[in-house]
Amino acid sequence: MLEAQDTQHLVVVGGGMVARRLIDALRSRDEAGRWSITLLCEEPRAPYDRVALTSYFTGRHPEDLALGGQELWDDPLVTLKRGVKAEVIDRDAKTVTTSGGAVLDYDALVLATGSYAAVPPVPGKDLRGAFVYRTIDDVADLRAYVEKRREDLDRPVRGAVVGGGLLGLEAAGALQALEVESTVVEFAPRLMPLQVDDGGGEGLKRLIEGLGVTVRTSTATSKIVGDRGTVSRMEFAEGPALDVDVVVFAVGVRPRDELARECGLEVGERGGVIVDDACATADPAIWAIGEVANIGGRCLGLVAPGYTMAEIVADRLLGGQGTFPGADLSTKLKLLGVDVASFGDAFAEEPGGLEVVISDPVAGVYKKLVMSDDARTLRGGILVGDASAYAALRPMVGRELGGDPAAYLLPEGAAAAPAGDLPDDAAVCSCNNVTAGEIRCSVTEGGCTDLAGVKACTLAGTSCGSCLPLVKKLVTTELEKSGVEVSNALCEHFDLSRAQLFDVIRVQGLTTFSEIISTHGRGRGCDICKPVIGSILASLGTGHILEGERATLQDTNDHVMANLQKDGSYSVVPRIPGGEITPEGLIAIGEVAKEFGLYTKITGGQRIDLFGARIDQLPTIWKRLVDQGFESGHAYGKSLRTVKSCVGSTWCRYGVQDSVGLAIALELRYRGLRSPHKIKLGVSGCARECAEARGKDVGVIATDNGWNVYVGGNGGFTPKHAQLLAEDLDTETLVGTIDRFLMYYVRTADRLQRTAAWVDDHEGGLEAIRAVVIEDSLGIAADLDAAMETHVDAYEDEWAAALADPEKLRRFGSFVNAPDQVDDSLAYVAERGQPRPATPDERTSGVLIAGTTLEVRR
Amino acid sequence: MTIDVATESPALTSSTWIDVCRLEDLAPERGVVALMGGHQIAIFRTFANDVYAVHQRDPFSGAFVMSRGIVGTRGDAPTVASPMFKQVFDLRTGECLDAVGKEPLSLRTWPTRVQDGVVHVALAGADAEESP
Ligand SMILES: Cc1cc2nc3c(=O)[nH]c(=O)nc-3n(C[C@H](O)[C@H](O)[C@H](O)COP(=O)(O)OP(=O)(O)OC[C@H]3O[C@@H](n4cnc5c(N)ncnc54)[C@H](O)[C@@H]3O)c2cc1C
Ligand code: SF4
Repeated sequence: MLEAQDTQHLVVVGGGMVARRLIDALRSRDEAGRWSITLLCEEPRAPYDRVALTSYFTGRHPEDLALGGQELWDDPLVTLKRGVKAEVIDRDAKTVTTSGGAVLDYDALVLATGSYAAVPPVPGKDLRGAFVYRTIDDVADLRAYVEKRREDLDRPVRGAVVGGGLLGLEAAGALQALEVESTVVEFAPRLMPLQVDDGGGEGLKRLIEGLGVTVRTSTATSKIVGDRGTVSRMEFAEGPALDVDVVVFAVGVRPRDELARECGLEVGERGGVIVDDACATADPAIWAIGEVANIGGRCLGLVAPGYTMAEIVADRLLGGQGTFPGADLSTKLKLLGVDVASFGDAFAEEPGGLEVVISDPVAGVYKKLVMSDDARTLRGGILVGDASAYAALRPMVGRELGGDPAAYLLPEGAAAAPAGDLPDDAAVCSCNNVTAGEIRCSVTEGGCTDLAGVKACTLAGTSCGSCLPLVKKLVTTELEKSGVEVSNALCEHFDLSRAQLFDVIRVQGLTTFSEIISTHGRGRGCDICKPVIGSILASLGTGHILEGERATLQDTNDHVMANLQKDGSYSVVPRIPGGEITPEGLIAIGEVAKEFGLYTKITGGQRIDLFGARIDQLPTIWKRLVDQGFESGHAYGKSLRTVKSCVGSTWCRYGVQDSVGLAIALELRYRGLRSPHKIKLGVSGCARECAEARGKDVGVIATDNGWNVYVGGNGGFTPKHAQLLAEDLDTETLVGTIDRFLMYYVRTADRLQRTAAWVDDHEGGLEAIRAVVIEDSLGIAADLDAAMETHVDAYEDEWAAALADPEKLRRFGSFVNAPDQVDDSLAYVAERGQPRPATPDERTSGVLIAGTTLEVRR
Repeated sequence: MTIDVATESPALTSSTWIDVCRLEDLAPERGVVALMGGHQIAIFRTFANDVYAVHQRDPFSGAFVMSRGIVGTRGDAPTVASPMFKQVFDLRTGECLDAVGKEPLSLRTWPTRVQDGVVHVALAGADAEESP
């Protein structure tokens, strides 16, 4: 291990969400490596996203709940022990004894043991079919049990949830997802008694009953009756009994403070390890964080305050002085698809508060604001049914609202549509470090009225540009809020959006730019609308991208079919479908690189990029490549890039399908498809997902029964996992599904909008897209299918076609008046045995132009 | 075909007109690059058949790439956008019309004319002497 001489040892007990945050924070700040860390997890897995536990019933794999990447656990200073429980703490010897009998020394010990789910002492609580709802194992058991019961009973399974709080409604959601007829039983007179008031609880009840869940409030469970050891009926203090097959207890949590108690640390009256505002216990070597910590006299059952505690302890371990600022218990949840939010002084506990309530039982909406006695300062509130104002209102707690508070609660109120849910301090443009707040501010105070203005004023989106869709969304929202009408015009030349233009061009069968701009635009276009129209014409399969006037529409990359690099040279990427290449192919590429002195690098898309080609060399280089059987890789286009694959069942011990074969077929099918932005696909041969397919626009993962297809993932600036679109498809159905998804995206997305943002922005989100693609809800499926067939049939290699046409080759000359002269503005220096562009200093000092040791032909 | 182009500046006494290529060698709304008097000069022909000459060096990136930019219009101004970082320049004056968030830098321009189907660029005396 890489331990420094004076490395100290930190033992963290409990592998929950908060523990993970602590380790993450400590490892990113402790650059000197002062602490080595051992994490003891009683559960047989690394920390996972407990908050998203219910998504286990909609997703497929427990891995989907993973928090962050594996890197943290690969860190040499971090040791993760799964399935190992801490049994005893010896404070004098400073050791922890584990369930495996190991004795670990510690310099510092952090208790992050969380809570356990409480089970009320009702008779029958231990029968088979009674569950709690806290861990992946709990939900996996619940699911298995329900599925088994359904088979045995051959009728719908009936279930009940004891507890109508946040957790209970989560559990009811899970039962719904398992198609269990469910009843929520709550002892208090209303649902979510801790978060909402009577009015809110009533609204919530109506909404939830509307979803087919029965709600019984003010009801105490007295007994669970079994039949041959299995749950069969519930009885209550009052009211009729209920026949049930499965019961979930969600009556609250209790801190897991047993280790602390046994070693003599102080615990609170209602449990929890007592800590001060630095999260320190009375023992200077021991800290407690997360749900197990009793801070300021109580335990906090939300993850955000736990994260704050984790940050504080990370800071303290490195000599910092952070303290706990008090918890913000504001919450916004979507329970069974119903929005619920509560924030600030939601119950008007502070004296002298005024309540402003809007209740619409028909629409199922209940909203309340708690104001100061002069009705000006916002103190808190509750939103049920429509929580869209939450993002705007929560930051206003303690501030003057301005105007009639009721205005904020009306659907069309000023605050009704907050710009995304991004907090002001969230970094939107990470290249130039611009926050959402600064972007909003440039509109509200800086007087910017469009995207270009905001870019110039804040610099957001001016470097890599990948944040532009997000910036645009923020600007649009901000402008709309201030009453400015926002046009979705593409640029000054067209009032239509990209999607509208696509339809117009398609329906009217237009094929030239001049025709399009004279009938639907003005002027002669620009670097925004021209490439868009070039791409639309290409998507519609109307011929070679460099044919006639169409050549003037292309960005330089498409124009010379290579990628412009910083010094004005280009890079060349031949297609290597699925990343599969023969030794002969590799040698051929190597020989071309060698002959033309090109810098070579393997790309993330499993192919080879050759850098440093002069524009006039491109045809010669491509002639060689085409002769060797290669074709354009479209690395330059807003089009399909690659289909990445793992080696799959042909070689891999774990593979269940031939991922390489499918990847090649998909790459050959979609190659050359022009789209609003680049498209990447991935195929993995089993659930281990070595191809990282869920980081792609379309990811395919093999199952025992076929393929699962995920959509809307990407790496880059805002990494996003693709979401499940359909499961267990056979290959033919899979291809048809991807055909439609891609075509629908090509037709309707905005300029430079990747699939992730498109899915998010699409009205109704992924559900709506699934309806279009799989159920043909818009009746356009046949049309999409036909469009893809046309694309596949019309495909030709752009480079081979260009090489065969002297007219197209003319654009590759060096100088019009001196075709034999070579561009001398390009200068290279050798580094690690390959050329790279000379730096400005190297150029002025005249170090060297082109390699000395390298044979570089230029 | 003879086109007398309005961009010709009358006050160019000490400069020399140098012929570059034929007008038909220029595709409308695309550029080419010429080597003249030691300068790389980008030459564009617009849709309206006007011809403009600007420096091939993109002032923002320092790369010699301007001839590869997209030609278009902003209002009445004929424009070219740098292929590197998309700054937009007025082809007539070299003025930067959209600096994409950077400090505006302008592009050097040269006068042009078309006579008897041949494109000429006027180089100032000193420039012309260096001509190969
Ligand atoms: C279904 C559900 C939905 C939720 N929704 C939300 C929500 O929307 N918003 C929100 O803010 N919060 C929510 N919560 C609460 C949130 O999950 C918790 O606040 C958070 O997980 C607490 O983190 P923790 O690390 O303190 O404890 P935990 O996540 O409980 O982790 C503690 C871990 O320590 C282990 N452990 C305990 N004792 C030992 C030992 N002796 N040795 C080794 N390991 C041990 C446990 O097995 C457990 O894995 C939800 C909780 C659930 C169950
Ligand atoms: S994803 Fe599965 S099949 Fe593919 S390489 Fe990994 S383990 Fe093997």
